[in-house]
Order: sequence, then structure tokens, then C-alpha cells
Amino acid sequence: MSEEKQEKSSEKPDLDKVVETSRRDFIRKVTIAGAASVAGAAAVYSGYRFEKSKHREGMVRVLTEDNRLVEIPAEQMQDFKPDLKALQTRGRDGIKGKRWVMVIDLSHCRNARKCVEACQGAHHLRPYEYHINTLVMQESVNTPAFFMPKPCQHCDNPPCVSVCPVDATFKRDDGIVLIDNERCIGCRFCMAACPYSARMFHWQEPTMAEADKEKEYDVELNVPQKKGTISKCLFSADRLREGLLPYCVSACPNGVFYFGDENEDAVTNGTTKETVSLSLLLKQNGGYRLMPELGTKPRVYYLPPKNRLFEFEQGPEKDYREEKV
Amino acid sequence: MDKTRFSTPREQERIDSVAADILRNVRINRSFILWMGFLVTALALCLYAYIIQLKQGLGVTGLRDFTSWGMYIANFVFFVATSLVGMLISSVLGLIGYQWVKPIARIAEIIAIAFAAVAGLVIVSDMGRPDRLPYVFMFGRVQSPILWDVTVVTTYFVLSLLLWFFPMIPDLAISKTRLQGRPAFLVKAYEILSFRWEHHEAQYKIMKQAIRILLILIIPTAFAIHTVTSWLFAVTPRTGWDSSIFGPYFISGAFVSGTAAVIIAMYFFRKSYKLEKYLTDDHFEKIGRVLVLVSIVYFYFNLNEFLVPGYKLKTGDAIHLRELFTGHYAMLFWGIQLLGLIIPVFLLLVKRMRRPLPMLVISLFVLAGAWLKRYIIVVPPQGHPNLPIQHVPPEWVVYKPTLIEAAVTMASILLVLIIITVLSKLFPVIPIWEMAEDEGEKSGKTVNE
Repeated sequence: MSEEKQEKSSEKPDLDKVVETSRRDFIRKVTIAGAASVAGAAAVYSGYRFEKSKHREGMVRVLTEDNRLVEIPAEQMQDFKPDLKALQTRGRDGIKGKRWVMVIDLSHCRNARKCVEACQGAHHLRPYEYHINTLVMQESVNTPAFFMPKPCQHCDNPPCVSVCPVDATFKRDDGIVLIDNERCIGCRFCMAACPYSARMFHWQEPTMAEADKEKEYDVELNVPQKKGTISKCLFSADRLREGLLPYCVSACPNGVFYFGDENEDAVTNGTTKETVSLSLLLKQNGGYRLMPELGTKPRVYYLPPKNRLFEFEQGPEKDYREEKV
Repeated sequence: MDKTRFSTPREQERIDSVAADILRNVRINRSFILWMGFLVTALALCLYAYIIQLKQGLGVTGLRDFTSWGMYIANFVFFVATSLVGMLISSVLGLIGYQWVKPIARIAEIIAIAFAAVAGLVIVSDMGRPDRLPYVFMFGRVQSPILWDVTVVTTYFVLSLLLWFFPMIPDLAISKTRLQGRPAFLVKAYEILSFRWEHHEAQYKIMKQAIRILLILIIPTAFAIHTVTSWLFAVTPRTGWDSSIFGPYFISGAFVSGTAAVIIAMYFFRKSYKLEKYLTDDHFEKIGRVLVLVSIVYFYFNLNEFLVPGYKLKTGDAIHLRELFTGHYAMLFWGIQLLGLIIPVFLLLVKRMRRPLPMLVISLFVLAGAWLKRYIIVVPPQGHPNLPIQHVPPEWVVYKPTLIEAAVTMASILLVLIIITVLSKLFPVIPIWEMAEDEGEKSGKTVNE
């Protein structure tokens, strides 16, 4: 984690801040080590030395990726910016040791659509372009209607990934299905194969194409979006890397979303920030997955819309107008 | 080794007479220039539509997130289907030993070449990022049916090209001395492409062996191209595509559209090239029977494809079939089944109908039906996905092809016509040496012997 933090903070040009963050990390690390061994004590001493000498003329001390403290001339400091290659590599590698999972509690959803808006804002989409959409569902005539947020199901047996001819869409070890729009050829076979209609295509120039032009493409955010390629829900892989909950999960005002790590058997509610046991949550509430008969093995679970928090109230349908080029 | 064919004066005479008939049309005359001029101008106009699509994105089509495959993919399936006829006529009927397919075989190969070649381009016109086409070869994943399709369509195209070219080598040798008044480049091309063919028996033996190998190889290849094309749909869990008989269903349909295309081509070559002597009424009568046979087989697969899910009416199938039988696509569906399949079969059972003109009309209906049938296979299953279509602009709900799509599709059809015209006008469309041989020894030596 400290490396990532390091990376993040050093993006900012402020020199003091860089030193500040690295120092804090460093001290935290050496404290742990020091408590355990004599070597730790030496490390504390070096921390003390670091403290003492941090204002040495023209020099800066930096903690390297392999945990070495080095000193470099201040004028040689450069902002760290991961290049496309680095972003692509870490985007395909995923986050080690995790198996991300989402639980959507339908009894709490009242179609506030805050998840949709947050997602579209983060991923630079138009109001009718969806990574997540809230649908009005009714299983049969005599069963009540309910609202259902529907992100990509991040299947463990994803039909979309199987059919992709160029490895543009892929499944990571941490469970996330991503799309690399630097690779996508726009054949839309994945859309044809997806039983959940989870994917979208950029039929025209993406809405913020001009503003995003200079940005380095981050496959974990899929920004900048590109015309003629597929886009889809990413479980906010960029936020997960920072240790934060996905955009939709945090934005929900009604406690609909839980998100977490299957390996830890823990999911956190995005509204209440309460962390609960995944297996217990599913067990006690009759958790299920969409279209289990297809064998896609989604990583998104649903809790049935029973004992609903809100009356089902379908507001007036918004008038979605396609933006003309 | 020394024995040469067509060496006696009588044989020479026969060659002269057949070559005169066939080569009469091998020339760049006014009507050819006018026709090509028309095709190329129309193609240029249609390609302008593609340039607009390239600039503005696929949004200029009627395709949207829910129906994301439309006219282009339907057209692609139709092209692959129609190209299959090369294999049916030359290989299947030829290897069985039917002599009458000889004058038609080259026409069938020309159709196969033209449709297979353009099918590849049609797919490119459907790509969001055609500039990334090389990625398919650089990063190709063997798990994806698209890779299989690219491989087998390319193979089929090459095999068809060879099957068109190999049996033509003796013709080119025969023709190269008989091309007075033709442009020099054409004479030169014949000279080079005939590979100093001297009609030695040994040469014929090698050629026939080569052709035989090709004829056998092309059967699994042809089955592969259309089976794999059907799998582009059948490997998805989508209602309407999720069918285990899609392979044979597509193959049998392919024979129908291909045979209809060959009949249409036969009619036009016979008329405009005055080939009544070689493409006789009897040929029409016989290929008419072929069309009946393949149509009945196709009808059988249609019965399976629609009746079995129609009996069970599983939720998704029920919605899909209602759309086809009584809903949005009912007119189209029944029109295709009746006018493009059932009525043609009944008409063609009558001997009087198996004559050139009635068969031309019937085949045009069958071919149009075949194109629309691909549309019906590709488009409607996307209109009703498992989860409802909500919160989108109205034009996203129902797919309506745009003028641009129609123009780009038209471009592909024009390109097919251009290829057919060039191949049939600059090269003999009927195998001269086989006809000469045929007229000589009615005993019936064949290329596939």
C-alpha cells in the first residue's frame, strides 16, 4: 500500500508534501519493524537520522520501491506519472489476493439513480450511456415490480471474454472483467454474447473526448473513452486500487450496495460503511444471482426485494434524447 | 508423355468452333465499358457513405447498444452463404460424376470467389475500429469464433480461386493465339497465366490430380465457413441464436441462396453472351431440380428451428417467435417463407416452370428471400434481451437501418458484380477444352474422372 500511496502523492509537485508522506510511511514501517527485532531498532535510529537531516541543503531523501532510503539532489526530482505501459500492465495484473464481489440489496432501492449518475460522471458518459442502469423489473404479472440496479455481473465464466477475438476484454485474477479500449477493434461480439446487456458501445465521439485528449489512458477507469470501442462497468478498479469503494457504491443514499472481498468474506455497505460477513449476508437474506441457468457465475449477488424500505413509486420517465453529431 | 490432346485436325476443328463461341465475349467492348462505368460510379457514390461512417462513427447507422449487429452482419452471412455454391456444384455434384455441371462449374466458382472475397470487406465495414484490423492477426485468440471465421473464409477464397484457375489453364493456352484485336495486356496475361501449357496428356493428368485434391479439400472448408459463421450466433446464450441446429440450418440455407444466384448468373450469361448452345434448357431443368432438393432440405431445418421451440414456448422463445409469427417481423417472416421458399418449391416441381425465364424470376425471389432471411436471423433476437431496455432514447429500442447502411451494403453488392463482370468478361466463362472434349467424345471423359 505504501508504494501506491507514494506513487499517488508524488504526482503532486509540492516537494514538502512528498517528503512528508514518505516520512510518515517510513516511520510507520520502521515502528513495526523496530518492535520486532534489533534490526528494527537500527531502523528507528535511521528514522531519527532522517528526521534530523531532512533539511540538508539541496538534497531530498526518498524511499524507493524496494524500501531503501536514498538521497538525491532536489533538482533531479521528477514527478512520477505512470505511462501507458505501466497502466496497462497493472490494469491487466489486477489487485493481488482479492476476489471482488458486490451485493445489491433490492429491498433498499428506490430508484434514486445516484449510482448511475456517479458512474457516468466518473467515466465521462452521456446520461443514456450506462455502465450501471437501474431497471424496473417485474418477474410475472402477479408479482410486484421492483427496482434493480444492474452493473456488469463480472461473471467468473464470462461469455463476452470467450468470444473476444483480440483479448481486448479480459478477466483478471481479482474477478474483474475489464475492457482495454486501446485494443478493442469494435466488432461488438461481446455485446452479442452478454446475456445481461451490460456493455455499451461508443457509436459517436464520447462526450468528453476533447477534454480528455491529453490524458493517459487508464484501463482501470476506461478514460479517455474512445469512439468505435466498447465500454463497460469496471467495478471501479481505479478506486479499488486506492482502497476506496466503487463510485456507485459510495454514491448510493439508500444502502443498496455492499462491496468487498470474497477471500476475506467481508463486504462493506457503501452508505452505512458497515462491514458484514458476505456469506452470512447472503445466507440470512436469500441471496441469489441473475440467470444462474446460463452458467455464467456472476460476481454480483442480489438480495430479494422483500420488506421493502420504500413503496414502489415509478416517477415520470425522463426524456432521453440522443445527442446528434 | 508425348501424347498430346487436341492434335488431330478434327479435334483442332472442334476447339476452333468452341473457342470461337466462347471467346466472342472475351473482349473489352462498349457495353462492357458502359456497364463497368456504371458499376464503378455507383460504387464510388456508395463508398462516400462509408467515408461518412468512418468520420462520424457507427452512430450514422441504425445500430445501437441493444441491436448492435444489423444489416452489415446479415449481409455478411448472406455473402458467405451464397459463396458456398462453388463447393456444391463443382465438388459435390462434380465428384458424384454429373457431367452436366461442367459448363456451370466455372460460373459457380466465379460466384464463390466474388462473394467470399467481398464477405471479408463487409465484416470490416461493421467494425468500430477498422484501422485495428491487423490486431486480429497480432493479438488473435483462438478461442474466438471470429478467428475461425477469418481462417476458413480466407482458405475457402484461395481454394475457390485455384478451382477457378486450374481448369482454365488449358483454355488460356487455347485462347492466347486467338485474341486478335484484344488489348495487349490481356494477350500478355493469357500468355503468362497459361504457363506454357501444351496439352500434353501428362499435363492433363497432373492438373486433374490437383483439381481432385482441391475438390476434396474444399468440401470440409466450405462446410467450415458457414458452420463457423452460424456459430458466431449459436455460441452466444441469446434466445433465437442459442440453437444447436444452426450449423446445418445455415449450410442448407446457403445451398438455396447459392443455387439461386447461379441460376440468375446462368440466365444472364446465356442471354448476353449468346451461350444457348452451352447453357441449354436442359441445364436449367437440371439445376432447377437441384434448387427444389436444397429448398426442401432447408424447409426441413426451418421446421425444426421454429416448430420445436414454438411447441415449448419457453419465455424467451415465446417473445421471439411472437415477434416473428404475428409481431413486428410477421410480414417479413411469412413473406420470406412463402415467396422465398415454399411457393418456389411448388412451382419448380412443375416441369414447365423449370425453364430459363420462369426460373430467373423464381430465383430472384429466392435470392431476395435469402437476403431478408439473414436479416430475420440476425436482427430480431437482439430486440428482446433478457433484461428490459429502459432509460434510453427511443431510437435505441427498435433497430431501423439508415440510408448510409443501405448504401454501404449496396457498395458490397456492386463490388460483387464488378468482380463477377471482370472474371467473366476477361476470361472464358465456359470451359472451352472440356466442351470441345465433350462434343468429341460423348462417351464422357470428365475432369473429375
